[in-house]
Amino acid sequence: MTTVWSGGALAEAIEAFAPGSVESSAGSDVWLKPESISTVCEGLKIRSEFKFDLLSSLTAVDYIDHFEVVYHLTSLPMNASAVLKSRVGHGRTEASIASVVPIWRGADYQEREVWDLMGIRFDGHPNHKRIMLWEGYPGHPLRKDYVTYDQSIASTAPGAADSLKGAE
Amino acid sequence: MAIKTQPVTVNLGPQHPSTHGVFRMRVMFDGEEIVDVEPVFGYLHRGSEKLAEERTYTQIVTLTDRMDYVSSMLNNQAYILAVEKLAGIEPSPRGVWLRMIASELQRIASHLVATGFLLQDLGALGTPLIYAMRERENILDLFEMLCGARITNSYLRPGGVFMDAPAEFWPALDRGLGDILNTVDELETYLSGNEIVFSRTKGTAVLPKELLINASITGPMLRASGVDWDLRHRAPYDYYDRVSFDRILHTASDNYARYWVRVQETRESVKIIRQCIEQIEPGDVRPSFDEVPRLIRPPVGDAYAAIEGSKGELGFYLVSDGSIAPYRMHVRASSLINLTLLRDMLIGGQFGDLFVTFGSVDLNMGEVDR
Amino acid sequence: MTGPKLIDPYGTPAGADPRGALQSITLDLDRTEGESVNKMKSTHLEPFPDPVLEVPDDLKRSVIVSSVDYLLNWARKSSVFPLQSGLACCSFEMISAAMARFDLARFGMEAMRASPRQADLLIVAGTLTWKMAVPLRRLYDQMAEPRWVISMGVCATSGGPYYQSYSVVPGVNHIMPVDVYVPGCPPRPDALLYGIMQLHDKIRRYSLNGQAAGRE
Repeated sequence: MTTVWSGGALAEAIEAFAPGSVESSAGSDVWLKPESISTVCEGLKIRSEFKFDLLSSLTAVDYIDHFEVVYHLTSLPMNASAVLKSRVGHGRTEASIASVVPIWRGADYQEREVWDLMGIRFDGHPNHKRIMLWEGYPGHPLRKDYVTYDQSIASTAPGAADSLKGAE
Repeated sequence: MAIKTQPVTVNLGPQHPSTHGVFRMRVMFDGEEIVDVEPVFGYLHRGSEKLAEERTYTQIVTLTDRMDYVSSMLNNQAYILAVEKLAGIEPSPRGVWLRMIASELQRIASHLVATGFLLQDLGALGTPLIYAMRERENILDLFEMLCGARITNSYLRPGGVFMDAPAEFWPALDRGLGDILNTVDELETYLSGNEIVFSRTKGTAVLPKELLINASITGPMLRASGVDWDLRHRAPYDYYDRVSFDRILHTASDNYARYWVRVQETRESVKIIRQCIEQIEPGDVRPSFDEVPRLIRPPVGDAYAAIEGSKGELGFYLVSDGSIAPYRMHVRASSLINLTLLRDMLIGGQFGDLFVTFGSVDLNMGEVDR
Repeated sequence: MTGPKLIDPYGTPAGADPRGALQSITLDLDRTEGESVNKMKSTHLEPFPDPVLEVPDDLKRSVIVSSVDYLLNWARKSSVFPLQSGLACCSFEMISAAMARFDLARFGMEAMRASPRQADLLIVAGTLTWKMAVPLRRLYDQMAEPRWVISMGVCATSGGPYYQSYSVVPGVNHIMPVDVYVPGCPPRPDALLYGIMQLHDKIRRYSLNGQAAGRE
């Protein structure tokens, strides 16, 4: 069975080799400072107590006043998993974070997808362009403030769940 | 004497008989040798993740069906596990056994499709594909008995499945499992020792396992390189800790190994289903609506659940804000991530091997683009 | 190896290793494609009218023409070659329809053509996104007349479950006129076969006197 690193233990272990990089921790999550993401990920991959050699998933969530980039890591030799998070783009301006493609190549398409749909820039990505939507598409659709592009065609405005909430 | 050649760039797709859907590549080749490849995605990007934010947790099951449309049951399972983890739902035992049977049947169907299309790409036009699809039809008949649908099943619900299997399902399943083994044996007689299959697939597109792990590649592709990583065994979900099965490994990490691993895994799936039939217990197939209402309101938080899909680790990341619809849903799509090394696999290879290598990845455009 | 140095048509310096060159030079192609998608999205706002076939009155009077019509339509309907282009989930039901159990060959349609130049029928099987609409319209334009279109499944008919999505065309009839709609998500292969039989009925009713077959 996979052991899941608890947030507190992981934060302590990260602080041991990269002091000052952890913002906070709770449950199974560790919030890192965005500027230290490369150092920490490099350490988590190489150091013998972690060996997180597989990046399961990379995604981002829009929390309106900031974005949160979420990394799910897996260690094949230790059969362990961990969750890293990082808050970027406070005030919705210039959301950007260092790319982890030099560390895990599996981040390649996932970072492009986050850039395409959420609009978070990944500095140092080797091929930083849209992946799903076409060049010239206005905006990033997974952002919460995104207004559906063609109101003429989609007759129901976004937020159909709100109307459901009222009906219930 | 060397023949004078110069690099030519051609466009393949999005409409192409061998691209398994609407996939597009720009390929630059020099004579017969591929020198560069650039995949272009997004021709089936339907915005499922955005639409999920406007639907209730139960309604999203229908969206997950249509992501990887040759393994709908597995998509359902991954999504339902994430919902159960997020909302803290305890599933009904009989429902769990039923969804294990359904998802293993779906894995067989998916591997059969992958094998059939791989052989189609190899140039065996028709015959292996027709054999594989014939068997897949039988599995789809079983799904019709379970839920009335062939492809887009929407069979699973938070806490189990939405209805019990009818009485005639069990004898049909028993017959079907025997037929599956016969078909797999038949396919293997023709293909696994076939000289043409050997010479076309052995030693092509070899990838070292360190590179595969580094590129987050999972599933049969990873096991074909000798890495013993199967989430059903390493991180058992549902009742996979109560069944025993062999992990299929191959060390060559070439196109043949990927084909071979898939064919052998169908037999292991049959083994798992037989154990499920033995251990299934009577009872409700899902908790009552008092325990798990139709409109689920998970507490504020997030959850990530992953299963061993037919193509690799299939994960769902859900964020709840306490309302009836998820605040954010993200799919960890194994098909998309397994394509990360497409350039490494193809560059330096022959142009004729392009679609064989492509077929051996076993991707599904609905999952790649979502 | 001796001989002249490699010449890259895309401007890589002669002799340089062309590997890895592709993704740096294709941004312009992507932009051009994006422009065409945006143009299609802003111009195809209204659906095309459905090409409903009206049987002309003089069909009954003109004996010679009608027997020529009969022969021509019989030949046309017995060898409708579909284009091998599946978009999404429905394409698997289309493949199932062509396989052993449902056997599309009974209708003389087993020859799925990979080239639009040789195809008579475009089965739009699955969700059509705006990014795919441009190549699909090009495929339709490349098909020789007479040509027919079947919209298979609710995604192609109206957008279906993805109706509100930001990237999905709300019905393939915004892109091209559609002869037969097959409902279902996805339609069973039998439903597709029924749709094909409806198309055969339609083909049977064309006349040299009246509306030409398979035109917009």
